[in-house]
Amino acid sequence: MNWNLFLTELVSGVTHGSVYALIALGYSMVYGVLKLLNFAHGDIYMVGSYIGFGLITVFGGAQTLSTSVWVLLPLMFICAMLGGGLLGVLIERFAYRRLRNAPRIAPLITALGVSFFLENAALLVLGAQYQSYNSFSWKGGELWREGLMLPAGVHLAVAQIVVVVGAVVLMVFLTLFVQRTQLGKAMRATSFDREAAAMMGIDVDRVIVATFFIGSALAGAAGVFNGLAYQQVWPYMGFQAGLYAFIAAVVGGIGNLPGAVVGGLVIGLAQSLSIGYISSTFSDAIVFAVLIAVMIVRPSGLLGRAAVQKV
Amino acid sequence: MAGGSDTPPPVPEPADGQSPRIGVDEWVASVEGRRDRGKGVVGYVRGEFARVPRPAFYLAFGIAAAFLPAVTNNGYAIRVGFNTLLYMLLALGLNIVVGYAGLLDLGYVAFYGFGAYGYAMLASPKFGIHWDTLAVIPVVVIATAALGFLVALPSRRLVGDYLAIVTLFFGQLFVSVYTNGERMSFLGLTRSYDVTGGPNGIPNVDNFNAFGHQVSSLQAYFYVALVMFLVVLGAVYLVERSRTGRAWMSLREDPLAAELMGMPVNRLKLIAFAAGAAIAGLTGTVFAALNTAVFSADFDVPTLIIIYAILILGGAGTLGGVILGALVVNVSLEVLRTPGHATWIFYTLIVATLVAKLRPWRWLAAVAAGTIGFGFAVHAIVAATWAAGVDGQPAVGGILGSGLRHWVVLPASPRTIGNVAFIGLIFAVLLLTTLQGWVRKLVLIPTLYLTAFVWENRLVVEPSITRLILIGVILIVLMNARPQGLLGSQRVEIV
Repeated sequence: MNWNLFLTELVSGVTHGSVYALIALGYSMVYGVLKLLNFAHGDIYMVGSYIGFGLITVFGGAQTLSTSVWVLLPLMFICAMLGGGLLGVLIERFAYRRLRNAPRIAPLITALGVSFFLENAALLVLGAQYQSYNSFSWKGGELWREGLMLPAGVHLAVAQIVVVVGAVVLMVFLTLFVQRTQLGKAMRATSFDREAAAMMGIDVDRVIVATFFIGSALAGAAGVFNGLAYQQVWPYMGFQAGLYAFIAAVVGGIGNLPGAVVGGLVIGLAQSLSIGYISSTFSDAIVFAVLIAVMIVRPSGLLGRAAVQKV
Repeated sequence: MAGGSDTPPPVPEPADGQSPRIGVDEWVASVEGRRDRGKGVVGYVRGEFARVPRPAFYLAFGIAAAFLPAVTNNGYAIRVGFNTLLYMLLALGLNIVVGYAGLLDLGYVAFYGFGAYGYAMLASPKFGIHWDTLAVIPVVVIATAALGFLVALPSRRLVGDYLAIVTLFFGQLFVSVYTNGERMSFLGLTRSYDVTGGPNGIPNVDNFNAFGHQVSSLQAYFYVALVMFLVVLGAVYLVERSRTGRAWMSLREDPLAAELMGMPVNRLKLIAFAAGAAIAGLTGTVFAALNTAVFSADFDVPTLIIIYAILILGGAGTLGGVILGALVVNVSLEVLRTPGHATWIFYTLIVATLVAKLRPWRWLAAVAAGTIGFGFAVHAIVAATWAAGVDGQPAVGGILGSGLRHWVVLPASPRTIGNVAFIGLIFAVLLLTTLQGWVRKLVLIPTLYLTAFVWENRLVVEPSITRLILIGVILIVLMNARPQGLLGSQRVEIV
């Protein structure tokens, strides 16, 4: 067995998977409280990625960073998370709020419209060309030169460690928030039964806004992580990543937070391993086929509760 | 009456004989119809309009459309007409799935692509097969319907969102397979075959030919598409009224109730999917034949979103809405490509919206005067302080252009400032929706000016992007303001 190939794809799969998991968490949270598939979520991730790119440009560009990497990184995260979160809140306020009680099809189509609008607005404002974080050349490649040596000559770079550890930290914070704080409890209650929660005195509007803010902030952070590990940013990046995260959320059981993380890792690994072992051109098709298979065999996802549907 | 169908409001039955019916107050029973129609001349005209049977409108549309190649020799205009007809056909098919049966099918373009690729494979040098069109079309249509059936088969257990997910990924799977289909092997076991031409598509597709005649001119294709559309429209019109059509609509309104009433819910879903897919497949064959080539990129999400925009704009579940929606979306967006025309349409639309929505009249006059005055003031200030700020030329000439030059600030290099203004405009419009009363009118003035500024400096320069942005905006605004579309009737959701 070729351990080098296997470990390389494993590392790549876990890194990708962490990014997908972060986006999937937001998808899942929003679905939990609103029962809405927020197709615009992937585009929030795109905006977060561009915010990070904007900060690199502000600090002199990748080749000639005017500040330390360890100052820039937290700054990028804070800005991308705030920007993503605010964008999510705006979308909720202006596009979805009036449709809370509309037929199910209306918010779905609105979400498609928001996604289409964001992508093309970004295309207009930022241009169609690919931009690169170029994190290889930050301060002489600090982020990629250092790192751990794994067996079989596989190098685990600092950037990849930052991505995985950062994602884990965010997930731990999210879990603590949802399990321990009052707002988190309100969120769980709302997602369990919105009307009953409202009757118990929970301010459902506030919970929904908070959900959008947190979910979208995670997507913003995921955008920066992706830029760090995979460099490229372009206006349509959100669609592809959104699809994958969406698959992750669905595979894990949409509305279920640990499920989203598991789903993200499964999808990241499935993608990397199929690129490594089967065919790079058909990795998309393989992942989609996995999703359709899971949906047919277990419509509620791997960790999801079976939803009781009357028809 | 719940239901988005475009049947005229039921006329109260004439009381037989002279005796008034007991328990029915006809004046009260018909009040909603009269209130909808409005009063005075408008009400009279609308009342008469509602009395004309629907097929007469469709026929009138068909006759009017048939004259298009006669009045113009302009190949571009006919081409736009042809594309509009294709979109109408596609929207008709989607109308069955989404509009009647209420199933959110996000993989619909895949059937369109399947039809196009099917025609290309059976009538091109790709595999050396050159079948007669009259043989290809039935084969392709039946195959597409079967594919629709197959997709629906596992999906029929999935409700609402899950159906949307599975169909969306089916569509993506399709695009992915067709884009990478130049080296396909069965599970890696056989040797690789070039099935779809990959990113290069399938070139040199045959023209339509039947009985030894070739359909080769654009005009001829236009008529082929028109006849196809009218035939399909007629069929869908009849189906809408049939048992199946009414059963679909009951399924859309409430699946549980429909099942309790003894409707075969699963079978209805399968038929709806197959019928929609068949129409999409049929459309695909004409598309492939006229373009003489097929590429997978034509069958991706943007096309899907345009079809949805058409359906939603016209009103899902209405046949007239399909025609109207396709005309509005495709023709107006096509016109946007010429900056001169686009600018005229743009300002006309803004003025029309203001006239229609802003009441009383003195407010309208105040806002109009305020906007014009505001513009000249801004222009004067910019001209005095920053000479390069007014150096640009408007996209439109003539009287509108020379007027605009003194009103809108046109920087010599508008890109950056235009982008900033675009983002500003988004926020201004969002702000506007939260305001009320006179503050709203006050904010409206600079917003209007900002709109003109962004249009002149940024949007008109990038017509292809502007088109897509507008489609996104149409979907959002329409769903929030008028979810039933232009021709649909308000639906009451009973929860």
